[in-house]
Amino acid sequence: MSVAFDEMTNADGSIRAAYTALAKWLNGVPPEVLDFRRKEAEFIFRRIGITFAVYGDSDAQERLIPFDIIPRILTGGEWGRLSKGLEQRTKALNLYIKDVYSKRDILKAGIVPEDLVYQNPVFRPEMNGQKVPHDLYVHIAGIDVVRVDSETFYVLEDNARTPSGVSYMLENREIMMRLFPELFAENRVAPVENYTDELLATLKSLAPVTANNDPVVVVLTPGIFNSAYYEHSFLADKLGVELVEGRDLFIRNDVVYMRTTEGPKRVDVIYRRLDDDFLDPLAFRPDSALGVPGLMSAYNAGNVTLTNAVGTGVADDKAVYSYMPDIIRFYLGEEPLLKNVPTWRCREADHLKYVLDHLNELVVKEVHGSGGYGMLIGPRADKAQIELFRAKLKQDPTNFIAQPTLALSTCPTFVDEGIAPRHVDLRPFVLTGSDRVRIVPGGLTRVALEAGSLVVNSSQGGGTKDTWVLEES
Amino acid sequence: MLSRTADNLYWLARYMERADCLARILDVTQRLAQLPAAYGGSTNEWRSALLTAGCADLFKQVHGEEATEQNVINFLAFAPENPSSIRNCFEIARTNARSVRTALTIEMWETINSAWLELKRYSTKNMTREELARFLSFVKETSLRFDGAAYRTMLRNDAFWFSRVGMYVERADNTARILDVKYHVLLPDSEHIGGPLDYFQWASILRSVSALTSFHWVYRESVKPWLVADLLILNAQMPRSLTSCYQNITRYLDDIAAYYGRQGSSQRLARNTLTRLGNSRMDDIFQTGLHEFIDGFVVENNRLGSFVTEQYLL
Repeated sequence: MSVAFDEMTNADGSIRAAYTALAKWLNGVPPEVLDFRRKEAEFIFRRIGITFAVYGDSDAQERLIPFDIIPRILTGGEWGRLSKGLEQRTKALNLYIKDVYSKRDILKAGIVPEDLVYQNPVFRPEMNGQKVPHDLYVHIAGIDVVRVDSETFYVLEDNARTPSGVSYMLENREIMMRLFPELFAENRVAPVENYTDELLATLKSLAPVTANNDPVVVVLTPGIFNSAYYEHSFLADKLGVELVEGRDLFIRNDVVYMRTTEGPKRVDVIYRRLDDDFLDPLAFRPDSALGVPGLMSAYNAGNVTLTNAVGTGVADDKAVYSYMPDIIRFYLGEEPLLKNVPTWRCREADHLKYVLDHLNELVVKEVHGSGGYGMLIGPRADKAQIELFRAKLKQDPTNFIAQPTLALSTCPTFVDEGIAPRHVDLRPFVLTGSDRVRIVPGGLTRVALEAGSLVVNSSQGGGTKDTWVLEES
Repeated sequence: MLSRTADNLYWLARYMERADCLARILDVTQRLAQLPAAYGGSTNEWRSALLTAGCADLFKQVHGEEATEQNVINFLAFAPENPSSIRNCFEIARTNARSVRTALTIEMWETINSAWLELKRYSTKNMTREELARFLSFVKETSLRFDGAAYRTMLRNDAFWFSRVGMYVERADNTARILDVKYHVLLPDSEHIGGPLDYFQWASILRSVSALTSFHWVYRESVKPWLVADLLILNAQMPRSLTSCYQNITRYLDDIAAYYGRQGSSQRLARNTLTRLGNSRMDDIFQTGLHEFIDGFVVENNRLGSFVTEQYLL
């Protein structure tokens, strides 16, 4: 593995332009001060209750995601290129899903293999031929991006279902402005706090045409035991809409209502943070107590918008990912602006052979895995782990893809030993309304706090950073 | 607003108020129990604390007959098996608060959340008197902060009104139960008027609703049992009196009704109760029986709780 690209310091020790002011500041600030502010940040986070739960870990019912106080910085130019690529990619995702559930041109053209759609457990036959409001499916996308050198960003993953983390983006900025006002005086940082306004505008633009001109929007949460509950309540609060659970809603004559102190009130747009499986016990999992019986029939009748739409999972697994460049070309007739990480599809015999021969240098991922679980990082794995994956791969090759171990870029991070480089990724959030696409500059930077580690997932000890996009002054 | 949200706010306020009331009961009980027997101090005080808190039966199931200082304190303050222990009140309040975070102001949430975090710092077994005193003032301060935060920061809309209704329904219930457990020392035919034994009992009743000083301001007399009863039942100046609680309940229920443009059974019942209190005189109450009067009140107050639930919270 080559030496990772550091976003602050060039190989020759000089400082990259975006970080000039920050580097100067870091040089001057004593470590005690940084340590003090880090503790202060943690105290504030805990008091506000910005926590998440890790499933299967009873001691960690409510855990804090570690917050690193050193920001990650992008120039306006870098962001400009990135955001164009994100918009392009999200457009293609929407066209692809629409096609998959209607004419299936892309399957007929032989660009995406049929079984990837039909055999996919998250393919929803209920959505076949189903019209969704404004023909849009992925209204809120989280596209994970990594950087490998000063020029190149790769898309690592498309999250087209219910991407989370945006509350951290917003709270991280809030805390940074509280703790380090002097830094914001020296750097012209593009604001992100308008995200929730943009989200509300997006959600309202998606209301069914039958809704009146001020549509009623709600956020649907599985409840306080969900790992992202904090985020659900945070968003509802900032949007100024009700945070509902399934039991607060009911369906009458294919219209969705919520139970209020003044009687039933019609609901037009549901920003649901509940997986497809749990949405409606009549249509999907009958044992789901979290959903709303009859919701799918209201949806089919066109009386409510679900964001994201049902069945978007067909676009965000790791096997489909490998076809994204072709998907973009097919629908938009354009070259992809953002690269894909080269990916071996183990479903193809020659790819599988290559992967099996190079297990010790590749990252192997489950097609439907997420959260950094169920993956093999070849260069860091011991013999037993490699053999375990070799067996898994041979048994069920279609369930896996493999990628080279990328040298993810590093950013200066405040850890126990002081300031040291740590690997980061970036999750920008792309909002697609019926009127236009909105992206606030930046996103959520996740950082692997252990030296050398590439796993940034919060469930595996990753932390977050504030992400700055500098305006050209 | 969502019915579930209103329900959570209503109960959140009730549990915060209950925690405060329990802290006062423990405070006063300890004071009384420390007095030499000649001044009314006796181990019975711990039993009457259980009665006032309304959990004597549950206590009996868990601990049997013997109510000692240590096991009553543990039971009322910390016991996980007592659903109304102070700790559980805070736990439930926080769970409710988490599920209605969007309806709370940040100040209210921070009060509850930091109290919940702080609670973990108190060891639960065999507290020293000093630790207990510190714990009880922490509880009282928390409910003051919560109440103040709500009053100062909430929008004056249905969210505020439902939480106020919850607080006053709970407060009325608590005041009534304190009276109910101690009613025998308030009867005017009591033998030892002004005697040391009863004086401390009366003072302790006043203290448990933090009204000892107010008493003197209102009546400018030494403590007399019928005046204690008057203060706690009929006196509208006294913020924990039944009359004052019902003035507030009526007012906030009316605010809700005006806002929604519709009256209902809870408004009617609250107004009836308030009218009845307004038409009562202490003499009549003593004549028909203090105990019966209070019992009747507790039943009506519970009925109001179910009316509110039926009308708004389901």
